[in-house]
Amino acid sequence: MTMSESTRSDRASLPLPHLGRRGLLAAGGGLAAAGLLTACGSNTGRGSGGAGSGPALSQWYHQYGEAGTEQAVKRYAAAYKPADVTVQWRPGNYDQQTAAALLTSNGPDVFEVNGPTLDQIQGGQVVDLTAEIEAVRSDFNQAVLAPKIFDGKVWAVPQVIDMQMLFYRKSLLKKAGVNPPQTLDELVDAAGRLTTKDVKGLFLGNDGGAGVMGGTPLFAAGLELVTAQGTVGFDDPAAATALGKLHTLYKNKSLLLGAPADWSDPSAFTQGLTAMQWCGLWAVPQVQKALGDDFGVLPFPRDGASGRPAVPVGAYGSAVSARSKHVAAGKAFVKWLWVDRTDFQEDFSTSYGFHIPARISLAKRAAKLRTGAAAEAVRLTTEYGHANPLLWTSASTSALMDATNRIIKDGASPAAQVKAAAATAAAELKRVQKQS
Amino acid sequence: MLARLLGPQKRNLWFWIFTGPFVLGLIVFTYVPLLWSITLSFFDARNTVTPTHFVGLSNYATVLGDSAFTSSLLTFAVFSLFIVPATYALSLGLALMVHRLRFARAFFRSVFFLPTACSYVVASLIWKMSIFNGVRFGLANTVLRWFGADPVAWLSTTHPPWYWLVIVTVRLWLQAGFYMVLLLAGLQRIPRALYEAAAVDGARPGWQTFRYITFPQLRATSVAVVLLLVINAFQAFDEFYNLLSTANGYPPYARPPLVYLYYVALGQGQQLGVGSAGAVVLALIIAIVTVAQARWFGLGRKEA
Repeated sequence: MTMSESTRSDRASLPLPHLGRRGLLAAGGGLAAAGLLTACGSNTGRGSGGAGSGPALSQWYHQYGEAGTEQAVKRYAAAYKPADVTVQWRPGNYDQQTAAALLTSNGPDVFEVNGPTLDQIQGGQVVDLTAEIEAVRSDFNQAVLAPKIFDGKVWAVPQVIDMQMLFYRKSLLKKAGVNPPQTLDELVDAAGRLTTKDVKGLFLGNDGGAGVMGGTPLFAAGLELVTAQGTVGFDDPAAATALGKLHTLYKNKSLLLGAPADWSDPSAFTQGLTAMQWCGLWAVPQVQKALGDDFGVLPFPRDGASGRPAVPVGAYGSAVSARSKHVAAGKAFVKWLWVDRTDFQEDFSTSYGFHIPARISLAKRAAKLRTGAAAEAVRLTTEYGHANPLLWTSASTSALMDATNRIIKDGASPAAQVKAAAATAAAELKRVQKQS
Repeated sequence: MLARLLGPQKRNLWFWIFTGPFVLGLIVFTYVPLLWSITLSFFDARNTVTPTHFVGLSNYATVLGDSAFTSSLLTFAVFSLFIVPATYALSLGLALMVHRLRFARAFFRSVFFLPTACSYVVASLIWKMSIFNGVRFGLANTVLRWFGADPVAWLSTTHPPWYWLVIVTVRLWLQAGFYMVLLLAGLQRIPRALYEAAAVDGARPGWQTFRYITFPQLRATSVAVVLLLVINAFQAFDEFYNLLSTANGYPPYARPPLVYLYYVALGQGQQLGVGSAGAVVLALIIAIVTVAQARWFGLGRKEA
């Protein structure tokens, strides 16, 4: 796979590798074994000396596609003296693996999490990190910190920000006499005019966009997933209008569907299968290499009178398992790595793939994010970034995704589908807020 | 005393030495999880396997009231309606043809059996990425292009539901050979004397012989084959998941029960209680269908 393999961050967009029934069972059965392996700690990445001091901590990361990342995190862990930190680099369905491992006492002590989810927090599976982050709390990008906060407490320290945006091929737009689209209507029109026999206008993923779009079209229509009061924020005709336009894209056959690699991989765009593609900041180096400067980036265009452009953002956080035998040591390590050691944070963000540091002071310093498409991505993140709120649970995510899917592909009534998804989301919001 | 426990010729000892490990495996890996799952189905078990909040039958109400679950049962019904007759007909056809071969019979038997050895995951990926991908250079679309047709996004088109073509063909290719071998074994067990007697009585070779001799004689094998096909269809997961899931989830169509349960219980949702309730419902349905089918076909009754 490519570097984009693993760098998405919004909760719904983690890549699921292919897996069979047997693989699934093996994964479950292997958990206990995995715990044992952790204890044995094969490769800590550290040289001689310093080992054996302090408690043994196991730290989990999902597999980043960019070369060098694994070596880097092992280097960071080895530099920590108060504890013996073992890094586990975990390919595969990371969210499922951690979710299952947190049920046992053989899970990680410190782990990277695409969340934590509200259920994980309410289930008492992760510990409070408020005190660890307090000194520099205001230096974190507030949009990505917000979903890590529940009950006024911080449950994970954001590592790096990932964001998604629209890539377009300048030369193809010029040839078709199309300007970079600023509204959703212009996007629909541009995608139609850019579509030829061999090249499609737009690639929103092999499912036609239902999966990756999530709340983005709703944000672009000036709505929210969850309001500040904790109620459904998209039960509105504007939502139906925006989602209906995605169906128009599908109906006009302007969308690329069934490409060998899905949206998170820029290959369809770089190979000329599509003139525009929804992808993310992580793909910029790869696109630059393939197309030079023949590309530009845009936010998801606004729709309707009260609409604003939107880009989805999110951050993996570093959390400490409540089942860890060394909770205090785990908290100290997280504070050391993700709060104190800004040099490591900076290295992690931009030395391997392109991510935006979660710390504002570091984001301003990052040289690689100062020019071209990367700089534009940083600006879009600051101005138009939306993170999925913590109260937006996985049940709500799938309800909205199912609704969007039916609207896009089946031409189902957008109003009725939005109503149905809003009803599920309302029930979920009620459930999670009752418990707190 | 010890001698009595061991039994004559230490038979009891040997009995447990031979069966013990398997009994232990069965208990640890089948019965304990099974009972645990049934227990979980009565609790509000979210992100935990040791829940404390007893909720009675409410998980069952949730799962049965969820239109996604009921539609997954419908998906299964449609799927088995396609796959069971299609596999049976194809396997029988192959078996009859291979049975008639005078030479290279072993060769063809192996060739048709070979796909059985292929993993569902690998086959699904080949079907998805090279044969039925949606772009112009996919195999199926290349063929369409020769005839001047537009490329079809096989797995993303719901009107008409082309994705069924992909799902059914991959399983057909994978399993037809295996059932062919079963039917072939059945064919070889039919006494030659029956065909000779039929010929003496003036039965024409071909359809008449097949209709009145071969097919009725295959009855026991056919029943077993159909039963296995239905159970396998119920357990379908691999090809659906690998063909249709994306990084973000699974589309709301062609979602069989196991895929539904996977996303409910093992995704980020971790609703183990609801998932277990669904699994129990599914297990009951499979049991009822299997028993009904066996009775209907008269499985296990002495052949007349």
